[in-house]
Amino acid sequence: MPRQPRRTVITGTGTVTPFGLGTDALWEGLCAGTSPVAPCRAFDFGGFPTPFVAQVPEGGFDVKNVVPKSYRKATKVMSRDIELAVGAAFEAVREAGLLTKAHEQGSVTIPPARFGCHIGAGLIAAEENELTGALATARGADGTFDFGRWGTEGMANLTPLWMLKYLPNMLACHVTIIHDCQGPSNTITCGEASSLLSMGESMRVIGRGDADACLSGGAESKTNLMGMMRQHYAGRLAATEAGEDPAKVVRPFAPDAKGCVPGEGGGLLVLEALETAQARGATILAELAGFGASQSFCPDTLGVEPESSGQGIVDAIEAALADAGIAADAVDAVIPFGTGVAALDASERSAIEKVFGARAATLPVVTMCPSIGNCGAGQGAIAAAVAVRALRTQRLPARINAAGVNGLDANACPARDAKLSTILVFTPSLGGQNAAAVIRSIA
Amino acid sequence: MSAPRVVVTGTGWITPLGHDIEGVWKRLLAAESGMAPITRFDARTFPTTFAAEVRDYDVAGFVKDPAVHRTAGLNSQFALGAASQAWKQAGLDRAAPRDPRRVGLYLGAGEGVLDTENYVGSNLAGWDAATGKVDGRRWAEAALKRMTPAREIEQEPNMPLAHLAREFNARGPAYNCLTACAASTQAIGEAFSILRRGDADVMIAGGTHTMIHLLGVTGFNRLTALSEFEGDPTEASRPFSLDRSGFVMGEGSGMIVLETLEHAQARGATPLCEVVGYGSSCDAYRITDIQPEGRGAAVAMEAALRQAGIDPASRGADGRPPVHYISAHGTGTKENDSIETRAVKRVFGEGARQIPMSSIKSMMGHLIAAAGSVEFITCVLAIRDGMVPPTRNLRTPDPDLDLDYVPNAARKVPVDVCVSNNFGFGGQNDSLVVRRFVP
Repeated sequence: MPRQPRRTVITGTGTVTPFGLGTDALWEGLCAGTSPVAPCRAFDFGGFPTPFVAQVPEGGFDVKNVVPKSYRKATKVMSRDIELAVGAAFEAVREAGLLTKAHEQGSVTIPPARFGCHIGAGLIAAEENELTGALATARGADGTFDFGRWGTEGMANLTPLWMLKYLPNMLACHVTIIHDCQGPSNTITCGEASSLLSMGESMRVIGRGDADACLSGGAESKTNLMGMMRQHYAGRLAATEAGEDPAKVVRPFAPDAKGCVPGEGGGLLVLEALETAQARGATILAELAGFGASQSFCPDTLGVEPESSGQGIVDAIEAALADAGIAADAVDAVIPFGTGVAALDASERSAIEKVFGARAATLPVVTMCPSIGNCGAGQGAIAAAVAVRALRTQRLPARINAAGVNGLDANACPARDAKLSTILVFTPSLGGQNAAAVIRSIA
Repeated sequence: MSAPRVVVTGTGWITPLGHDIEGVWKRLLAAESGMAPITRFDARTFPTTFAAEVRDYDVAGFVKDPAVHRTAGLNSQFALGAASQAWKQAGLDRAAPRDPRRVGLYLGAGEGVLDTENYVGSNLAGWDAATGKVDGRRWAEAALKRMTPAREIEQEPNMPLAHLAREFNARGPAYNCLTACAASTQAIGEAFSILRRGDADVMIAGGTHTMIHLLGVTGFNRLTALSEFEGDPTEASRPFSLDRSGFVMGEGSGMIVLETLEHAQARGATPLCEVVGYGSSCDAYRITDIQPEGRGAAVAMEAALRQAGIDPASRGADGRPPVHYISAHGTGTKENDSIETRAVKRVFGEGARQIPMSSIKSMMGHLIAAAGSVEFITCVLAIRDGMVPPTRNLRTPDPDLDLDYVPNAARKVPVDVCVSNNFGFGGQNDSLVVRRFVP
């Protein structure tokens, strides 16, 4: 096949995570080895196996501060997932030094028709208090829901634009309006693989010349009742006891790993064609050098039980390495999903061992879930932002909680200096989709 | 080295007008309607009481082992039936591709149906009227008793993908996109792009969706996007008509098998037609409105035509414009139909009036995320049969809409090249160009 005609580079990494707004906060928090995991602020989750979640800190992020004044009214129709994407986009554009329509003054530095947008999104939960407040107005005499009353009077209690908060493509809708991205735009909904799949699609769109730059990544909040419920039903939650330290619950790859906690977060990168990034004098942070995707064979069809061989993950990684034109030997560190859910850990571990052979034991593994939980569709782009920081600073963030891990470099340890030129990021998803990306320093 | 050619070798659909290609096609050409009162839930007091539902469908008749798909929700069931038809027509049921890693999936599947009774019941059980909030503990207590794992997990939009991957042992690149009404057109376009790049030999592509449920109908009713017609439901969907008043919901799935020409020929498969162009754009305009000049729609069509090497201003040897049929998005809302007309005129200029352009949504309703793939299949059939489906219920022309909408009766006309358009709520626009296969 012909080689990609255009190389794709990363010029901005915007994140909103349980550490707050911006990749500085994320990076500093991960390097310090802290964990913002705590009981949920909005709901008492005491009825679930764990009350703990990883939320964006209160006061750490207000969406009104990251949209142009003229757009503040529209924040009323943003669900949490949309807010996270809008915040991540603001940060990404700022770091990339791009001037978009959001600046409201001066001329834009990216032609709107050449600006694309690919955002991974989750199954957005309706805001429970708002919806239930309306549902409660349509109860029959026996207190149960009455469809007839809902039609005649109940539904009118929902704001006319209610549904627009929850369509997955509304993340991209708001972001593209704010930054005037008129190029190709897509919304990928493949669970936790959504971010990396979006980045892969942006890379192809840029590679084939259909856009010069793309906002790319994903965002999701699982720190709500339905998010919690679905994570519980998928066997992803760690069961905790009263008095347990929330910061120590998630232990990726450890023998005593017992599960994960729901998180919320968004990551959007500015991906650009190398040539147009250079032409505008942008600071090039790293190259998105390779991408691969695959599907696992899930014995239970839905992928609640992951493929134990990890073969699907291997296929995605090998495709990404081949796309980057490198051998596994060239990889200096990996950022897997690393949930601390034993079966998922085993599947990822198996994939790392297959791809890296004897090197698997000494290849540094970066873990984030102990601090940020499972950020769903946002996960892969947050990991990519971390990879870029690691390459830029030649440092690996701290790992926490895991002890007694044999055969993988994944035990708890402080942040450390490391010689890094290539980092592999991958995320398998509930449902069995896998995506992998090779991110490397640019000379 | 040029990019490989990409052909369609299989098609399948599960629709409100039936569950097989030929039967549904006949009904479309006969301008039949699939609309009737809603039976999936009690909608009698809703502003809209009707839709086009899939009837009498059983996925067990389509899959190898129904037990493998016992948890499948409606979207997954529709997808399995449609994709199984396509897989069979492509001949892949008799000889599966050698390397499953070269078989990918790109779907535009919608979110699954809420477990309405138990979801609403749990919310009400947790409701505290005094605080105006849901009590998390009481909610969880009720929900853990009432909800079931498979039903909840099936609502994730990537679950139809999981079912199809399992059914056909597809292990290549796998994506689900959800760009509202443009989703499955975009899915076909991106699947086409993956094949052109050489990242797979075979792609299953298409969409599946139902929003005919409590909160789906509620959401669209609150947006006043649905027709609230009070007469015969079969007359409610009126694309391009002066008295159009909104769309009618449909449900179902359309799936196709796409493959590189080389792969199809090597295994002796018959190409049904060739995909030659894909264009995608974003309005980036407003949350609720389409860009009034149809800028985004025109950009998507132009990009698709450019990739196909077609100059929209050109004429064929027969004097006709270079596109012979446009499958319109044609939702039957005031806004869409006017703007789409404007966009087509912007792209094709004087020739626009000579291109038959119809909306099958007038007959089977709007399949939302699945609309594009079902409409794409009608383009494949239009090329095969030299017949274009009509726009039903177009009896009162809108003086501002002056294209050839093929009113009320199918038309026999030679068709070699079609454009299929879909525009998503939220601003995504996608167009595909499909052409008669000529070796």
